[in-house]
Amino acid sequence: MSSVRRHAFIECDADTVWQFISKMDNLHEWFPVVSTKVEGSKRWITLASGITFEEDILLVDHDLRRYQYSIVPNAIIKSHLATVDVIPDGDSRCIIVYSTDMDPEVLALPIGGAAGEGISRLIEKFGRKQ
Amino acid sequence: MGRKILFITTDQQRYDSLRCNGGTIARTPTIDALAARGINYDRARPQNVVCMPSRSTIITGQHVTTHGVWMNGVPLPEDAPSIAETLHDAGYATALIGKAHFEPLLDPFLRFRENRLGFERVTEPTSTHRGFDHLEFATHGAAGPLHYSQWIRNEHPEHVGSFYAVLDNELQVNASGGGDTNAPQVKMNPIPREWYHTDWVAEHTINWLNSLPEDRDWFCWMSFPDPHHPWDPPQSEVSRVNWRDLDLPEGYIADTAERERIIDGKLRHLRGWYDGTFVSNYEAPSRWVPASLTADQVREVNALVHVENELIDEAIARVLKAVDDRGWTNDLDVVFTTDHGEFQGDFGLLFKGPYHLESLMRLPLIWSPAPSAKMQPARVQTPVGLVSLAATFAHIAGVERPEYTEAARLPANDGESASLGHERVFTEWDSVLFGKIVRLRTISRGNFVCTAALDGTMSRRGEGELYDLANDPLQHVNLWDDPRYQATRDDLLDDLWLNMPVAREPVRAVDAPV
Repeated sequence: MSSVRRHAFIECDADTVWQFISKMDNLHEWFPVVSTKVEGSKRWITLASGITFEEDILLVDHDLRRYQYSIVPNAIIKSHLATVDVIPDGDSRCIIVYSTDMDPEVLALPIGGAAGEGISRLIEKFGRKQ
Repeated sequence: MGRKILFITTDQQRYDSLRCNGGTIARTPTIDALAARGINYDRARPQNVVCMPSRSTIITGQHVTTHGVWMNGVPLPEDAPSIAETLHDAGYATALIGKAHFEPLLDPFLRFRENRLGFERVTEPTSTHRGFDHLEFATHGAAGPLHYSQWIRNEHPEHVGSFYAVLDNELQVNASGGGDTNAPQVKMNPIPREWYHTDWVAEHTINWLNSLPEDRDWFCWMSFPDPHHPWDPPQSEVSRVNWRDLDLPEGYIADTAERERIIDGKLRHLRGWYDGTFVSNYEAPSRWVPASLTADQVREVNALVHVENELIDEAIARVLKAVDDRGWTNDLDVVFTTDHGEFQGDFGLLFKGPYHLESLMRLPLIWSPAPSAKMQPARVQTPVGLVSLAATFAHIAGVERPEYTEAARLPANDGESASLGHERVFTEWDSVLFGKIVRLRTISRGNFVCTAALDGTMSRRGEGELYDLANDPLQHVNLWDDPRYQATRDDLLDDLWLNMPVAREPVRAVDAPV
């Protein structure tokens, strides 16, 4: 099991960022995947390589501005937990934290890298420090 | 017309693997001939001892702290300086055929262009990539999205499983053994020789060269994935070298107690790796314990490496013949090197990692200038770095040395070294993998190589290694704490801290294991 974390400050209020990323079916609009499909608490994401992951959406907490999801174990992935937090830092700034716990451990690195790219896209969308 | 440049790299090849450098097993007549009529560098050093940082240094002409690819898995930004871009802008046709590895290989998201070009089977993108017009990528087998893997899967699907599986089911570097001795990363590969990646790289290089007009100047980086592990050359060729006939390498210490005493004289993370208790990087199988390596396994791995090196030499010969058939030989510069070395049994070890020892640091480097340049053959003893290659290519092309490069071109002889500023060479290591940290800074100057540890999991600033290569070429005696060498050590460290480029901030994130 390994754990990686990416985070960044976004020059935008936490509610606006949270409303965008908490829509479970729009992951492809900010995360480097090509498509997202949601049915109830299940989500399927497809990567550019053609790989599709089935995920369980475990938590969407609008009060905490936190959601958690898990890739359903498959031939490669034994366990996975992703936690995304949007934490206010005043009225017009927030910090987004994306954490991944993963087995096999090495896959945490490309997933962390993808999360880093996703966060960069959020910064582009919602604003960076002037 | 100007001079054409054939830049040949291998991956993880030792200095002493070539006959022209004292090798006695692999037959390397083509490379030996390049050395005989060219400039052979006796102390060529990488700026980092693993692929991505070292290759990023080659293409940018910058030290690791400047280009920022501080460990495998950190991508070189697409807009990083590139000598290929400089040559392309000067009118050169440019190609990279074989192993690139400026960007992570293991990425199911296909975030990086090398993987995407392979996946989409694009060889000539609408815009150049790092200055290359033509790109065909290969790595160490048939897995992954790169062009060679796609070619095997399309043309010879029955051989997809012929190669050793580099990664195991948990995506760790595979520790399973094969061959006669159950050595790690060894497999008998039934693939016909002509479909193996060495010959594929040569054939596709020839095809690209034959596509060019006769009067076009060109820069071709022909990059062989071998002799990097896995050691799975075509089985038909394995009988070239019988491992049972091989002597053990000079650097192998047969007596276990003596070997461990010498290892214990070095920075502690080496003993940790040897015992299997400290795996700090992704460059060797994490489940393989180096202390378990047997003498016969060393022999078998070495035999397979020798076979792979012979195949590379023969592939180069075919490419040089194709160049000659086009009438380009008189204007052709050939530069041959590798990105880093390999233990191959030294100290009872295989593979590579955060160890700035000559096994990994002393590289083959040969510059065979165009006959039309009328340069004299030479053997250069001055330490030089791969960081000088970019400026060397610019020099060959008659282009002003790019401002982004951090080192002068290679000297044509020892007499030129001082005037070009080749007094010292730096090598860096940084790795942070799941909480295990190793940081090293090394200076090679004169006959000394001095490595300072920075704060890490097993080492602290103030610890290090110092070797006198003139009197101790096998590096058995660490002089770091020897009072007789304190002044030498301190002088080298002053030089290191004064002249090594300062790291840029922020440090880029690791996006993949490799």
